Amino acid sequence: MKFQQEYRDPVLGRLQLRAIAETVANLDRAMVLMEVCGTHTMAICQHGIRSLLPKTVRLISGPGCPVCVTPVGFIDKAVALGRRPNTYLATFGDMVRVPGSSTSLLEEQARGTKVKIVYSPLDAVTLAENNPGIDVVFLGVGFETTAPTVAAAILVAERKNLRNFFVLSCHKTMPKAMAALAGDPELKVDGYLCPAHVSAIIGAAAYQPLVETYHVPCVITGFEPLDILQGILMLTRQLVSGTARVETQYRRVVKPHGNVKARDILYQVFRTCDASWRGIGDIPESGLQVHSRYARFDADLQLPAAVEAPVEPLGCLCGDILKGKVGPRDCPLFRKQCTPEDPVGACMVSSEGTCAAEYKYGAFGDTI
Amino acid sequence: MKPDLILLGHGSGGKLSHQLLNDLIIPILSQNTQTDQNDAAVLAAPPGRLAFTTDSFVVDPIFFSGGTIGDLAINGTVNDLSMVGARPLAISVGLIIEEGLPIPDLQRVLQSMRLAAETAEVSIVVGDTKVVPRGKADKLFINTSGIGVLDHDYDIRGSLAEVGDKILINGTMGDHGMAVLACREGLTLDTSIQTDSIALNHLVHDLIAQCGTGVHVLRDPTRGGVATTLKEIALQSEVQITLDEAALPMNPAVAAACSLLGFDPLFVANEGKLLAFVKADLADQALRVLAQSPGGQQAAIIGEVTAKGPGQVRLKTAIGGLRAVEMLAGEQLPRIC
Repeated sequence: MKFQQEYRDPVLGRLQLRAIAETVANLDRAMVLMEVCGTHTMAICQHGIRSLLPKTVRLISGPGCPVCVTPVGFIDKAVALGRRPNTYLATFGDMVRVPGSSTSLLEEQARGTKVKIVYSPLDAVTLAENNPGIDVVFLGVGFETTAPTVAAAILVAERKNLRNFFVLSCHKTMPKAMAALAGDPELKVDGYLCPAHVSAIIGAAAYQPLVETYHVPCVITGFEPLDILQGILMLTRQLVSGTARVETQYRRVVKPHGNVKARDILYQVFRTCDASWRGIGDIPESGLQVHSRYARFDADLQLPAAVEAPVEPLGCLCGDILKGKVGPRDCPLFRKQCTPEDPVGACMVSSEGTCAAEYKYGAFGDTI
Repeated sequence: MKPDLILLGHGSGGKLSHQLLNDLIIPILSQNTQTDQNDAAVLAAPPGRLAFTTDSFVVDPIFFSGGTIGDLAINGTVNDLSMVGARPLAISVGLIIEEGLPIPDLQRVLQSMRLAAETAEVSIVVGDTKVVPRGKADKLFINTSGIGVLDHDYDIRGSLAEVGDKILINGTMGDHGMAVLACREGLTLDTSIQTDSIALNHLVHDLIAQCGTGVHVLRDPTRGGVATTLKEIALQSEVQITLDEAALPMNPAVAAACSLLGFDPLFVANEGKLLAFVKADLADQALRVLAQSPGGQQAAIIGEVTAKGPGQVRLKTAIGGLRAVEMLAGEQLPRIC
């Protein structure tokens, strides 16, 4: 792969850091920037970026890890479906370790549930095709980046006339959640590092309402260290000059109007619905459910399962961590009852979770 | 007509078992004739301390780019002996075969074991074969145990890292883990990545001959990768280790595959690498030994022991940041060895 080391060049990195320091030199308060996306959280920790920034630039992590914001009730529903006879659950790997109310899919697998880890939703379609007597339920988790691929899988399943492929959808959309955070009076976010790949689908224009309503700068930023430093620099410059607009640092991938074709497929197969975000609560019009046109693939409709009221883990601060109100080290369970081997909250499970990032990378002057 | 699949009867202890042993397994793995066969191998006791180790191999798939479960099983045990400074003497091989394994596949694995043993100059002296019903194992599992002898009085242990020691690696990180992953079903990664599986005993011999008591710790960073292994050593020796990201040798194809799949190469398994903690004034000499060994062109000094401490590993990132390195949590890649 070309163009990886180029985006990690220490000389250019120092120049950007100096520019950030100069921009904020006269600032009389700390500015709080939220990286919304889990991949940003991981990259910031992996490259030790917090340790390089001036004290007045504070990065907090947001709700952009899809596994982390998946509510307990969804896991419970998946567990219940997995206990049906002749059923395979197909899922991306991270989901299997997320604790539900009383069990995780990993535990269920040890008890006999058939859980198949797939790398693409199309693998789940193939699984259904190869196992005609088995109901294959794909756990649809992810934002606007993942949802079009799941939509495409449903279209392939329709073309193949499969009757045993279902999607349990917990897909979410990003801008509405960011607006909910921007409107939260307890949380003061001065600027957003907007997700890179979500923005490649939804386009820069999708953040315009957020900027106009809340007067908060948004910079769509790539995942490499120099991308992130440049994104931070662009945000600090907007803040210091008192402007708020949508800018795209990640221009090599993100176009103003995004990926129209992917969005067309997405909204052909899914429609907007209200959604529950773990730790944040219900956000109107922030989720995606299978459209009635494709109802026969909708696991929620086709495969009823009795699920009890979900039980949230006691003492877990994932909710406030997802909103950026506190950091992992503020949680009494962090590194004690809650570790990557034995996670309590979803933020510790996902490889992109804030707590997992802090656990893995963050012990030296790089606290979140 | 001879069946070309392993049947349950091949593990029964009866006639089919004897056929399998005498026609296939023993001729490939051992020079022993049938008249030499006994319930245990009898070895002459050499002077010096003995080292003893065991390891089981369940890698999936059993054939992958640049290697098989067979050479992995020999090299793995040879390397475990080498990491305490022992010269490998003799190895045992336990085969657990799933009913239905094609006999040509078994033959290919056995031949790769023989070649690996010849390269490492170690004898396979004893073995066992079991066959389990279809679905009760996955194709082939192998256990190898090994005995080695320490021809010297040096102590090489995970608890002996000292402040000032330089940390060396004999080549690129993560090749084995990504080679296996690239061969997995469901992943169509078209890459040239090959396993780095290799016996390290000759390299260790040369290193000890050149640097003697200056070699404080040797360990092969297999499962859990370089990060987990260094963290173990930092905890055992109660020291702080500082790594330099820019110095970490990487095969560009491995770096790209890791980036694509979201893996941190520091945590990806190696099967032909060693980490050596060497007294600072001998580090350059040790580096020359590593660089001249097979596959060692990219050997490098990747960090040093910076202080006494409660077992921290820190990484100076390429961009200039500083962050912690922790042990691998959970399974990054299941069944890679």
